[in-house]
Amino acid sequence: MTAAAAIELPIGADEDIVRIRQLVRTRAQEAKLSLVDQTKVVTAASELARNTLTYGGGGRVVIDMPTNGRRVGIRARFIDEGPGIPDLDLALTEGWTSGKGMGLGLSGSRRLVDEFTLDTEVGRGTTVTIVKWSR
Amino acid sequence: MERIPILKIGDVLLVSIQIDLQDRDVLALQEDLSEQICDTGARGVVIDISAVDIVDSFIGRMFATIASTSRLFDATTVVVGMRPAVAITLVELGLTLGNVRTALNLEKGLAILRQIGGTRSDVLGRADDDQPVDR
Repeated sequence: MTAAAAIELPIGADEDIVRIRQLVRTRAQEAKLSLVDQTKVVTAASELARNTLTYGGGGRVVIDMPTNGRRVGIRARFIDEGPGIPDLDLALTEGWTSGKGMGLGLSGSRRLVDEFTLDTEVGRGTTVTIVKWSR
Repeated sequence: MERIPILKIGDVLLVSIQIDLQDRDVLALQEDLSEQICDTGARGVVIDISAVDIVDSFIGRMFATIASTSRLFDATTVVVGMRPAVAITLVELGLTLGNVRTALNLEKGLAILRQIGGTRSDVLGRADDDQPVDR
């Protein structure tokens, strides 16, 4: 099986979030995710793209389709070179927010996907990677 | 940016969201609706999301804000037509729509408003007899 090549999109404005949602949707369909799983991963991508824009000062997303044995997945990596997250445990706490949001972005999107990794360094930036596998 | 049309039918304002919402569309709709409720004295607002394939925390918060704002103008907001995949995702994301009323479809949403409208005008009628209010 040949997976689609990785695509990188910028996250610099409102309309980029919509574009990312659309690409994630297309890839999730190609990976044959169920409608519910498509909706979950698109929603998680929307939350994380907005985080990148709001808290990371913008950045980019790299979307590809990894394989794992017979399963195909969709992977999205949200990368910013913003201020980083000083207290990760706090940031992942349900309902905690540093400002504008409802505090669901990180903790909520983590629940919507199969794999969630967060790499952050104060002053260097944050990378959040999510994967959702076909069943 | 696209302006989402607001239709007035009797004392109900009807909004049917047919586009992939950008954050600024969401904010514009919030403002437009408050103005329209104020200008028209509408008693109910129905937001049809049957064509919406994802609701993230930003969009979800708009529903809650519109519902709270409309209450200040003595109007009730009902969100109708949520897709099952969207509902499942919202619950897992952890987004409770607070005191936003929901209904399966437009017809049921309008029925809810009629019901509330009836009860309320009775109450209002009595209050008006006792204490005339400045208008």
